[in-house]
Amino acid sequence: MSLTFQVTGLALLIATALGVPVGALVGLTRFPGRGLVTLVLYTGMGLPPVVVGLVVYMMLSRSGPFGSMDWLFTPSAMVVAQSIIAFPLVAALTMTAVEGVDPDLRQQVRAMGATRWQTGWTVLREARIGLTAAIVAAFGGIISEVGAVMLVGGNIEGQTRVLTTAIVLSTRQGEFALAMALGIVLLLLALGANAVLLQLHGRVR
Amino acid sequence: MSAAHPPAFELADVRHRYGPRTVLSISRLSIRRGETLGVIGPSGAGKSTLLRLLQGLERPSEGTIKLDGASVPYPIPLSLARRITTVFQRPLMLDRSVRDNVLFGLWVRGRKDRAPIGPLLERLGLSHLASAQARQLSGGEIQRVALARAMAIEPDVLLLDEPAANLDPANVERVEAFIRDAQAHGTTIVLVTHNTHEARRLADSTLLLMEGAVVETGPTAAFFESPAEARTRAFLGGELVY
Repeated sequence: MSLTFQVTGLALLIATALGVPVGALVGLTRFPGRGLVTLVLYTGMGLPPVVVGLVVYMMLSRSGPFGSMDWLFTPSAMVVAQSIIAFPLVAALTMTAVEGVDPDLRQQVRAMGATRWQTGWTVLREARIGLTAAIVAAFGGIISEVGAVMLVGGNIEGQTRVLTTAIVLSTRQGEFALAMALGIVLLLLALGANAVLLQLHGRVR
Repeated sequence: MSAAHPPAFELADVRHRYGPRTVLSISRLSIRRGETLGVIGPSGAGKSTLLRLLQGLERPSEGTIKLDGASVPYPIPLSLARRITTVFQRPLMLDRSVRDNVLFGLWVRGRKDRAPIGPLLERLGLSHLASAQARQLSGGEIQRVALARAMAIEPDVLLLDEPAANLDPANVERVEAFIRDAQAHGTTIVLVTHNTHEARRLADSTLLLMEGAVVETGPTAAFFESPAEARTRAFLGGELVY
């Protein structure tokens, strides 16, 4: 359970740290190729986790370009895979959230003497309900994910076994009660984490 | 307003287009420092566009705008932009309290002192609403918060787009008194209004815009009492319906 939380938490942190600025930038600025970037981000939201797992596996395998890092079948590889899955969710939903803020507001904020950064920050603050939704959606997407972590983590007991891969293993072994119990723990974990996120959101509000 | 006052804004051969449509075409216009210029005209005359150009939110398609004798470069530098502020026709509130909305302009300037806003709120009859969520206020209250938000930063130039729209007579009086205070402090004001009476009460000089062009401009008393242009007379007489 602790590993599940560490891997998902770290992946969510990385995806948020990268996805929020990228989403805000795409949502707030106009540049050539913006349509293509938007298309890629939206498509990324539907990225099959198992495909992400496969690509990360190939990159980190001995013969892959990052094989020398020796990350395959470690929690680090799982964090990489989950960050890649979560990133487009955070970025695309952040983009949608900032685009939902009245464009006139940006102009009025600028007319108050705000710099570009201050304007961007103010718009992000105004879009905080959408930002919370983006982070919650990404969290939901990766905490319940099994394909990628199974491929790149290897489901090694005591090292890379997380709740979802443990459920798969228990089910395969016919230990349905254990699988169900783990499923309930996973749900409770998700419930608790979302409650904390919403609480934080409420405080910001 | 004495002609001895140097110009704050000088517009020369300014044209502004949205696509193929020219929305503003002003050969020459001077707004003197400390002056209140009333801009009247029918809807779609280019009044709000003029304010957007003066605020530096848009670059004119052609021509130059000078502020204190120097051409305004684009994008407008922060040091210039921060001397000017606009109260928009449809002011938008941040999703925060009234107090935090009014403090916003100070926050962007890195000034955290809260002292100046108490009297501001009081003069605009907003003290009791300081902690209220700004977005939940009525249109008239939002209008007054927007005015307080603009004045909190003590701008050199205040651009007002229909500041008394949505207000009941008591609050019109309050807002006009507030504008007079700003005038007394030497703030240069451009007041866009549909309300010719308001222009007459507040403006030192008045300008009539129609279809993006200046029809007539002059000292307010002369403008209203003896307009030189037939179109001005027709507009003031309510004969021009748009």
